[in-house]
Amino acid sequence: MNPLELAGARPGPAFGVTLDGRAIEALPGQTVAAALWSAGVTSWRTTRGGGSPRGVFCGIGVCFDCLVTVNGRPNQRACLVPVRSGDVILTQEGTGHDGLG
Amino acid sequence: MTASDRTLAVIGAGPAGLAAALTAADQGVRVTLLDSAAQAGGQFYRQPAVGLGARRPEVLHHAWGTWLKLRDRLAAHIAAGRITYLSDRHVWLVEQHLEPGEVRGGAGFTVHALLGPEQVEPEAVTAAAVLLATGGYEKVLPFPGWTLPGVVTAGGAQAMLKGGLVLPGRTVVVAGTGPLLMPVAVGLAAAGARIAAYVESARPASLVRQAPTFAANPAKVVEAVGYAARLIRHRGRVTVRHAVVEAHGADRVEAVTVAALDADGRLRPGSERRIACDTLAVGHGMLAHTDLAESLGCAIDATGDPFVVTDAEQRTSVDGVWAAGEATGIGGAVLALAEGEIAGYSIAARLRGVEPGEADRAAPARTRARLRKFFAAIDTACAPPAHWTEQVTDDTVVCRCEEVPAGAVREAVRDLGATDLRTVKLLTRAGMGWCQGRICAPGVAGVAGCAAGPAKRTFARPVPLAVLAQEPDGRS
Repeated sequence: MNPLELAGARPGPAFGVTLDGRAIEALPGQTVAAALWSAGVTSWRTTRGGGSPRGVFCGIGVCFDCLVTVNGRPNQRACLVPVRSGDVILTQEGTGHDGLG
Repeated sequence: MTASDRTLAVIGAGPAGLAAALTAADQGVRVTLLDSAAQAGGQFYRQPAVGLGARRPEVLHHAWGTWLKLRDRLAAHIAAGRITYLSDRHVWLVEQHLEPGEVRGGAGFTVHALLGPEQVEPEAVTAAAVLLATGGYEKVLPFPGWTLPGVVTAGGAQAMLKGGLVLPGRTVVVAGTGPLLMPVAVGLAAAGARIAAYVESARPASLVRQAPTFAANPAKVVEAVGYAARLIRHRGRVTVRHAVVEAHGADRVEAVTVAALDADGRLRPGSERRIACDTLAVGHGMLAHTDLAESLGCAIDATGDPFVVTDAEQRTSVDGVWAAGEATGIGGAVLALAEGEIAGYSIAARLRGVEPGEADRAAPARTRARLRKFFAAIDTACAPPAHWTEQVTDDTVVCRCEEVPAGAVREAVRDLGATDLRTVKLLTRAGMGWCQGRICAPGVAGVAGCAAGPAKRTFARPVPLAVLAQEPDGRS
């Protein structure tokens, strides 16, 4: 049993996104975090101070642990942002602004 | 005052907000219902995203029939134009602008929101009355390893499962304390996870002491027994009077150490055992979202975990502002529905300038009294272990955003004379990061040995400077 089977899900067609250049399949309606969890990925950020890996913690937009860069925009909460076809998702290093000068 | 002035803004479309909006709309009040999610229901009735095409969303829920009735009533009121439902609105401020001479019941409030998941576009809604049904979020106390990926809040794991139909891993330890853990474990197990251990720190004896209160709430007891039976059927191993003391792993959690607690809530030396897992779902109770109430100046009870103070009609201390559900103290969906209904009757009457009838709210008031007593008993029985801070090593990160270790907090208290959370924050930056102390406040306060207290945040969520720089047009 998996969650999709349990809920009798019949999602629309899967589509492709990338995480750090690696192709990942996502389902319509999923958040970025849900798509990454589906692909077996649980961390997509490193902290500003210790460079420690982080992913989802609270799952409802409160904790800001799941911040990620999506289509060039850093600091998106992966648990809130819907994933869209062709999204370019990057592991967010530090503040996510390091490359901006 | 004309009928069109009798407008109510309800913030939050979970059980409390829905019950209040529907009750008030039934009484002829024009309601604007704002919610941050794409679909109504709040965390309790969180449903799979529409695009996932779930034909059996009810399998992950309790009391789905209640939701269907709420959903249908909401649809009818929307169709009739009595409720304007605005999804994907993240409210960051409720502004009160009673001018001198302006009467109570005038358009006294502007609700400021940010649109959509990216939350960069502003919108404003004006209303004569406001109901805060802002819900709650999970409390997690720190322990070594709690920042590892794969360690998630129990409610977070449940939210991701209900909304996205995903699991964080396959082998899960569910740990902490409180009534949320059981449905989380059952949901994860039903969705295919193996529950390697279910670790509750409360003592059965302290539950037994609350037996008379439990006996007065047979539906709650049946619910709990049902969950326990389902968990056992899924071969979940239930351990009470134990706690997770450490999560292990390099880039993600690989195992946890679990230990027994003695009668005083201290670890029993030598009782530690290691359990392999790829996920730890952990929670130590719930906290109320009180930000909007605080910024409006509503009285907050902060003797324990802070909550919005309300009277018999669910009115806050600020004229024209009501609150219901978890914001007024943690008590679950049935209590939230009752409080929302009481608030809805009160708002409809008060906007007409009359006293609300006692008869209308008699039944929900009885439910409210019974369930508040029940959850007070649960709170007592499911308090975190008395000496939990003894397991927090100096190098354990207590503020996740600013990566402040417990040692820095202890130094601020011991060497620098900090005696309150605000001073600890100024000395260590604990609570100054993205989440603005929402996650770390109870942990930092515990390690510092002071009260958490209300946070006094000006805004309920981050707001782009560009939004603050412009004056949005109000809609009502």
